Amino acid sequence: MTATVTPASARPSSPAAARGVLRVFAGHRGRLLCAGTAVALVLGAVFLGGGGWPASLVADPSGPLDRAGDWIVDNRDGHPLFLYFLGHISNAVVVSVRAVYLALLALGWAGVTAAAGLVAWRVAGVRLALTSVAAIAVCGLLGMWVPTLQTLALMVVAVAASVLLGGLLGLTAGLSDRMGRILRPVLDTMQVLPAFAYLLPVVLVFGIGVPAAVLATVVYAAPPMARLTALGLRGADAGVMEAVASLGATGRQRLLTARLPLARKELLLGLSQSIMMALGMAVIASVIGAGGLGDRVYQALASVDVGAALAAGVPIVLLAVVLDRVTGAAGERLGAAPARRAGTGWAVALVVTAVVAGAGRLSGRLSWPDGWTVDIAEPVNGAVDWMTAHLYSGVPLVGGTADWAARFTTWVLNPLRDGLQWLPWWAVLLTVGALALLIGTWRTATTAVLAMAAIGALGVWDPALDTLSQVLAAVAVTLVLGFALGVAAARSTRLGRVLRPVLDVFQTLPQFVYLIPVVALFGVGRAPAVAAAVVYALPAVVRITAQGVLAVDPAALESSRSLGATGRQQLFQVQLPLARPALLLAVNQGVVLVLAVVVIGGLVGGGALGYDAVFGLAQGDLATGLVAGAAIVCLGLALDRVTQPTERRDLARKGA
Amino acid sequence: MARTRLALGGSALAAAVALTALTGCGAADMTRQASPYADAKDSRTVTLSVQSWVGAQANVAVARYLLEHELGYRVDTVQIDEVPAWDALSQGRVDAILEDWGHPDQEKRYIDGKGTITRGGDLGVTGHIGWFVPTYFAEEHPDVTEWKNLNKYADDLRTAESGGKGQLLDGSPSYVTNDKALVDNLGLDYQVVFAGSEAAQITQIKQLAKEKKPFLSYWYKPQWLFEKVPMTEVRLPAYEEGCDAEPEKVACAYPHTPLQKFLNSRFADGGGDAAAFLKRFRWTTGMQNDVALMIAEQKLSPEEAASRWVKENEATWRKWLPS
Repeated sequence: MTATVTPASARPSSPAAARGVLRVFAGHRGRLLCAGTAVALVLGAVFLGGGGWPASLVADPSGPLDRAGDWIVDNRDGHPLFLYFLGHISNAVVVSVRAVYLALLALGWAGVTAAAGLVAWRVAGVRLALTSVAAIAVCGLLGMWVPTLQTLALMVVAVAASVLLGGLLGLTAGLSDRMGRILRPVLDTMQVLPAFAYLLPVVLVFGIGVPAAVLATVVYAAPPMARLTALGLRGADAGVMEAVASLGATGRQRLLTARLPLARKELLLGLSQSIMMALGMAVIASVIGAGGLGDRVYQALASVDVGAALAAGVPIVLLAVVLDRVTGAAGERLGAAPARRAGTGWAVALVVTAVVAGAGRLSGRLSWPDGWTVDIAEPVNGAVDWMTAHLYSGVPLVGGTADWAARFTTWVLNPLRDGLQWLPWWAVLLTVGALALLIGTWRTATTAVLAMAAIGALGVWDPALDTLSQVLAAVAVTLVLGFALGVAAARSTRLGRVLRPVLDVFQTLPQFVYLIPVVALFGVGRAPAVAAAVVYALPAVVRITAQGVLAVDPAALESSRSLGATGRQQLFQVQLPLARPALLLAVNQGVVLVLAVVVIGGLVGGGALGYDAVFGLAQGDLATGLVAGAAIVCLGLALDRVTQPTERRDLARKGA
Repeated sequence: MARTRLALGGSALAAAVALTALTGCGAADMTRQASPYADAKDSRTVTLSVQSWVGAQANVAVARYLLEHELGYRVDTVQIDEVPAWDALSQGRVDAILEDWGHPDQEKRYIDGKGTITRGGDLGVTGHIGWFVPTYFAEEHPDVTEWKNLNKYADDLRTAESGGKGQLLDGSPSYVTNDKALVDNLGLDYQVVFAGSEAAQITQIKQLAKEKKPFLSYWYKPQWLFEKVPMTEVRLPAYEEGCDAEPEKVACAYPHTPLQKFLNSRFADGGGDAAAFLKRFRWTTGMQNDVALMIAEQKLSPEEAASRWVKENEATWRKWLPS
């Protein structure tokens, strides 16, 4: 980070006089910003006038984009670029997914279950082994055996590719300062983008199908691996490195024997994060033909069958929970000395798997037995029907959910959207810049303003502000609920314990599953999109808030108590102020997550950018879809930068 | 550092070589992109595209049941939107589309131009798109079924989303629609509100119907929802050949379209019994609706619904099987 622009960190290198000026500036930063903004507002009103983004500043890319799309479709079967490069990538993906899928099928259900249990036993212990076996059995019980295997095969390939790609990128970023400087902002940015925005470009090149799905997943899941690899390599203990170097180790030896082993915790964390991102993407990628569990969710939602969607969603959650716990446990065990009989244990696991798989083969029961399934769709649909029948409208006193939705749209969303769209374009840019400057640094402010300007230049200013209004409303609701719940969970151990598994499940449920129940409750429009976004973002906000409040120094609490502070005073005057960094992080996370779902809200009438992206995918209309996708990217960038607290950067930079 | 870079370059090169070795040298054929899940376990597989509406699911369910139980194939299905499905069909990722509502641009590009797609004949079902109001509302206000009177009812049809105008509810962005142009060119005081997906649109219609509230919606026949929520079509200016040629200037009703089947060319020639069966597959609007209703309303799994239909209609499907 070149921090010379920020007054705080410029101090050491500046001469005394400049130092004084800067200190004054730093002290009055907020006030100065306000004054500057006011002056700029007046100047703008005089010279620039009002209104939305001026047409003269729009560079409409739809013509060239349309031509590019046509060119690709027309030349895909014959052009050397496809025949000798992209076609091979596509084929390699198909071949590897197929190999894994066939291997899983050959193992049979008994073999796969045994393998899962034994691997979990070896890396994570008996309890997790039992959990894994139970989870796999549930996937079969729900009648989702084949889709689960398909998703698993796709995941294995996608995660392997992500780890390879992410690892290589992380290696270069970790070893070379210049690469690190170039890659850091790119990776940071990729992590905050909604998954939906990645789909269109890969579909364009590869067409609908598994290769596109795998590549979109890799692009989405590789950045965390790269970031954490780089972080781990850079965090290597300087003393150890010095010692290794003084022993005369070559560069390669230093890397292989010291730096990589020292970074293994981060590497495992990267792996686990990649897996979670890949699972999340596996569902969204069903829109572009990924098949498997995600496709089942998507198909069930098409016939408004929440129960069947849930039956396909549960295996995804189970896979996520099991993989998360197993990699987590493996990470914790890393520090311990390896058991002496590790090799024997693995051999036992291998032999048992082979025996079980062989037994399954011989008995001719490779596929999950048809009789062993449980139908959860009907009871779930019954419950959903009951809810919508009794809550939709006409509930005495409070009114039905439909009435709330209408009121929320009329009194919150409409004024917010109209207000934003009424604002002169330069005032929006100015506000974004000022806000970003208040919370972050010059650098984040510049990025945010440029991103917003890019949206205007793409010619989607109005729909982007429509999306923005939905995001703002959803974030406000999320933060009110999230802070309240988070504080409550931090102050009551019992509530915290009850909430934790619920949060776990809600965080891993595919975003799609939320969409239909919210339509049943709130009708079609922007209100259900906002509601789905709130439900999706709430767990993360609650968790970060609770952790932040819990992490407050107990000594500070104790001393305030001894001074006679009431519980309320403690909360508002000690805990919350001290937890400020965590709260800011919660806001940032909330914004990013909300945007991801508000965009998918295009599927339930959210309109705006999300609808354009859906339209682009559905109609194969590259111009509309890519422009909307780019605008979503810019909006995500701007929102992230505006809410990005400087503290987070410092945390991320730890050991750099 | 230089050594590391060399090592990285080396591994990249090795990966490239491995990639080429894995997939065979030379040119990759982008028109042979079968699904990785196809043909597993030494079985012959057919991959069918399912569109998101339930009528299309009914076609696929019955075709799948017969292919699996009578002809011994394994069938994979993939849900793809209408336009991308053409591309997938051309690349061989799917073998057949069973219900297409008319895409002249794609027909020109893939059938006449590239020759990667072949016509598969009529499905036997005629599709029609139109604007519909619930029958209970049409009975109360008989003149609402004439487009000229729609403006009178704009106030009744206003919602929070339609911004002071009447709401015309549209569905999925993937469907064929001229509604925005129609509203403009007919001078209607309405706002097109896109539900964003058919599922969302159906959910909304059912909720409104339960409370006997009025609505105006883009909808299409055949569709099972008519059995649950009776709807009456609003008469738009009559359709004439070519009146919808320019998307911006459309001011007439939607045509009646005989729905078509399309097959991947390579599959049509070398697909054996499966291809012959799919070419002969032809049923009626009523039959499709029966199956669709079982799937969407009774919440039967598509397979279960198909097996019930197959049990009762042997005379119909016997004729489809290749002799």
